[in-house]
Amino acid sequence: MDAIFLQVLNGLDKGGAHALIALGLTLAFGTLGIVNFAHGALFMLGAFCAVSFNKIINLQQIVLDPTRKTAWGTPLEIKTPYITSWLGDFGNVLIDYSVPVSLLVTIPVMWLIGVIMERGLIKRFYNRPHADQILVTFGLAIVLQEIVSHYYGANPIPQTAPAIVAGSANVGSWIGLGESVVYPWWRLVYFGFSAIVIFAVFAFLQFTTFGMVVRAGMRDREMVAMLGINIERRFTIVFGIAAVVAGVAGAMYTPIFPPVYNIGMDFLVLSFVVVVVGGMGSLGGAVTAGFLLGILQSFASMNEIKSIFPGIDQIIIYLVAVIILLVLPRGLMGRKGVMED
Amino acid sequence: MNGNSTRSDFLLLIIFAAVVLTAPITLAPIGAGYPDILQKFAIYGIFAIGFNILFGLTGYLSFGHAAFLGVGSYASVWMFKLFTMNVIPAVIFSVALAGVFALLIGFVSLRRSGIYFSILTLAFAQMSYNLAYSVLTPLTNGETGLQVRHLAPADRGPDYVLKLVNEDLRWVDQAFGVVEHGIPITNLFGMKMSGYPGFYFCAVILIIAFFIAMRISRSNFGMMLKAIKSNQNRLQYTGVNTRPYLLTAFIISGMYAGLAGSLLAVTDPLAGAERMQWTASGEVVLMTILGGVGTLIGPFLGATLIKGFSALFSSYNENILHQFFSFLPEFMQDGVVAVASMFVGEGWELTLGLLFVIIMLFLPGGLMQGFYLILGLFKRKKTSPPAAGKSEA
Amino acid sequence: MAILEVSHVNKRFGGLKALNEVQLSVEEGSVHAIIGPNGAGKSTLLNCFVGRLMPDSGSVIFNGTSLLGLRPHEINQTGVSRVFQTPEIFEDLTLLENVMIPAFAKADGAFKFNAWYRVSSRAEVRDEAAALLEEVGLADQSKMICSALSRGDKRRLEMAMCLIQHPKLLLLDEPTAGMSRADTNNTIDLLKKIGERGITKIIIEHDMHVVFSLATTISVLAQGTVIAEGNPDDIKGDPRVQEAYLGGAHL
Repeated sequence: MDAIFLQVLNGLDKGGAHALIALGLTLAFGTLGIVNFAHGALFMLGAFCAVSFNKIINLQQIVLDPTRKTAWGTPLEIKTPYITSWLGDFGNVLIDYSVPVSLLVTIPVMWLIGVIMERGLIKRFYNRPHADQILVTFGLAIVLQEIVSHYYGANPIPQTAPAIVAGSANVGSWIGLGESVVYPWWRLVYFGFSAIVIFAVFAFLQFTTFGMVVRAGMRDREMVAMLGINIERRFTIVFGIAAVVAGVAGAMYTPIFPPVYNIGMDFLVLSFVVVVVGGMGSLGGAVTAGFLLGILQSFASMNEIKSIFPGIDQIIIYLVAVIILLVLPRGLMGRKGVMED
Repeated sequence: MNGNSTRSDFLLLIIFAAVVLTAPITLAPIGAGYPDILQKFAIYGIFAIGFNILFGLTGYLSFGHAAFLGVGSYASVWMFKLFTMNVIPAVIFSVALAGVFALLIGFVSLRRSGIYFSILTLAFAQMSYNLAYSVLTPLTNGETGLQVRHLAPADRGPDYVLKLVNEDLRWVDQAFGVVEHGIPITNLFGMKMSGYPGFYFCAVILIIAFFIAMRISRSNFGMMLKAIKSNQNRLQYTGVNTRPYLLTAFIISGMYAGLAGSLLAVTDPLAGAERMQWTASGEVVLMTILGGVGTLIGPFLGATLIKGFSALFSSYNENILHQFFSFLPEFMQDGVVAVASMFVGEGWELTLGLLFVIIMLFLPGGLMQGFYLILGLFKRKKTSPPAAGKSEA
Repeated sequence: MAILEVSHVNKRFGGLKALNEVQLSVEEGSVHAIIGPNGAGKSTLLNCFVGRLMPDSGSVIFNGTSLLGLRPHEINQTGVSRVFQTPEIFEDLTLLENVMIPAFAKADGAFKFNAWYRVSSRAEVRDEAAALLEEVGLADQSKMICSALSRGDKRRLEMAMCLIQHPKLLLLDEPTAGMSRADTNNTIDLLKKIGERGITKIIIEHDMHVVFSLATTISVLAQGTVIAEGNPDDIKGDPRVQEAYLGGAHL
């Protein structure tokens, strides 16, 4: 029981990341009809927003203290981050909380990137074959990736979560399970965060007139266009939202997995599987499939399972994807006729 | 059809063969005349030409063709290890095995169409890739990669089967009394497959592969495949069972991929799992689209361009750039070189990415469309050039 | 002799009874029109003939073979060709290829692996296709890509694609839907010309002008049931038909 619960927990944070990426991917696909291979790169850009924010906030002022000498006889250098010397203790708090605080930067930056991408490039590909869309967004993903690698190098850059959520939560004792069920706090935070973002996106689509038009557009794009609704501006906004969701997912993920320039590509492939398993263009399907596959993956990594089916942890996601697609032709919640030609 | 007579096809084949066979001379001035890179052109050309038989003719976009490339490579290296360093059995076995794999994967994947088909093929390829790295290590030698090694000692113990990844048998060669000094090199009945002979071997196979693809494209079978791409529903109501057509096309293109994988092993007897990764599948998609989907020459052009780019641009460094921009005044030179260096060496992929974006923006039909545009300018025809997807050359 | 025998066909969609005990008998060589108001179940019935829908119960026997459970290509191979509501053709191919493909499907069966010989090596098929294009008046455009054709021309092309298979039964699903008067009359003329070949035809149609100029027998479908059947003159005067059209549910 404990072991099973632990595996469910382990699947949650990864599932959350997949669900968030898949959400934006399927949103862009469902409304704009765009197969966006650069979506993983948006996740990566979000992660590097957090990295950059952390770098900037940690910029250090170097003051020479002539009264104290180092072993070599040179004046001792005292390094203090500018932010600490300006804001005192509050500055230190900011440094500690740099990952969550970086969202304040990530959101507008990703919004801007999303809007520029859509206006500058994506909108020219609305009526083009999916193959063309794949090639152009794949090219864009490479470009973004290489630019990041040019400035940040090819090595992972670890980020730390705030001290208050360092260490692990004793989740087991909360719900009357064994002491062995412990789970890193930050992952718990990440799961909660992804749940909130997913909820926010759904609420936005459910309860605003804008959301109503977008949902109508996902059902029948031509119809909405015929109603004379200015669909273009809304497309831009939808793409911006998708970019922001991917970006914040990436930024918050940095303490779990040190970001590296090509992290987006790995997530992209899995997220595509997630989207398709959920059913192309289905938001609920994407979220469900994201968590489902994340949890299945962590179950398959259990030693007990691996000893029965060697290598199952390596293929479980793909195996499940194949089975689901063969049994349910349009994925978990897909609609008829979407992207079948 | 479309006025492509037997004669114009023959002409196309002759020109193609001439261009391929003279490549060592014609490509020498731009520094691509050496066998290593030319082999890559030929091999990935075969891969792309085969991929186009599926994607270009039927419109079914497979994202897992690298799996067949990997299977071909592993199969060839095993033939080298177990039987003989002669390349012919290895090539035949690889193509056949890739065909069997394609039959299995295609049979399941073709139950779906559109993006669902793409994801199914991707899933199978990723499973192959992940398994090759993990539980199949006794067959694939995991991360190290499978390679030709020295012979097992004559007094090998009963557990030699487990050591086969590191110790070879080469039964056939041994039976014929071939003496080995160090690690042997692949050969074609004694002719070593390194350097230019290796390239010419690949080149001849490329020309044959091109010829077969041309025949397929002009045949009844090819016409049915094009009809599937155009309107599968109509074709079914016309009395055609599309599934076996699709499966056959899938198997043929899988065999082309296996052939390409085998030739990679022939020119360098080392097979690694990274050859099966989805990025490799993506690469052949890009080659085909870049060159022109559904055209005969396009996929080969795309393959050559991408492989040529990666070789050329990744070999440039700042010193070469400084020489290149030496005509500029000193103060400008540094700035220009700093910007340009982003695009070469390690950053060559940036150039590639930009190239994709630019081509898709301005030449949606790929390079072949550009070719027709230029041709149109020359002929000063009033009719617009045919879109690449519909043209035949 | 009846070439198509439909008996006791039922089909439900959820709570809606789309087809209710449908009985239909199509005589060989006749032109059998199925008419009825919107939502009467005409298209549902047609889809049961071509393998797209499976009825809940009943039988559809064509020329001694049951069509139920067969896939579309198998049904075609028994000798049933279909013309769609919106012309379904191979838009990216030339007109000649469009007509040759069904000819090959007829000659070679549902699947034949022939990847070596050129299409043009089968001169007899090519000539027949060219002759048929000539007959429907599209000979001039035979080397053209189809996507440029007008809707009326696409319909004529589709008709040629069906005719080259020498079908025993031709299904026409609203062949003049969305056409101008002139195109409609052209299509009627074409269908009359085809009529000379003695192919049995089932026409599903809204346009009474088309129905009464072509049909030899008419079945009237309303709310999933055949309410009247007979020759055109009988149907014209049938009070139940007028009731279905004028006082029926669609008003």
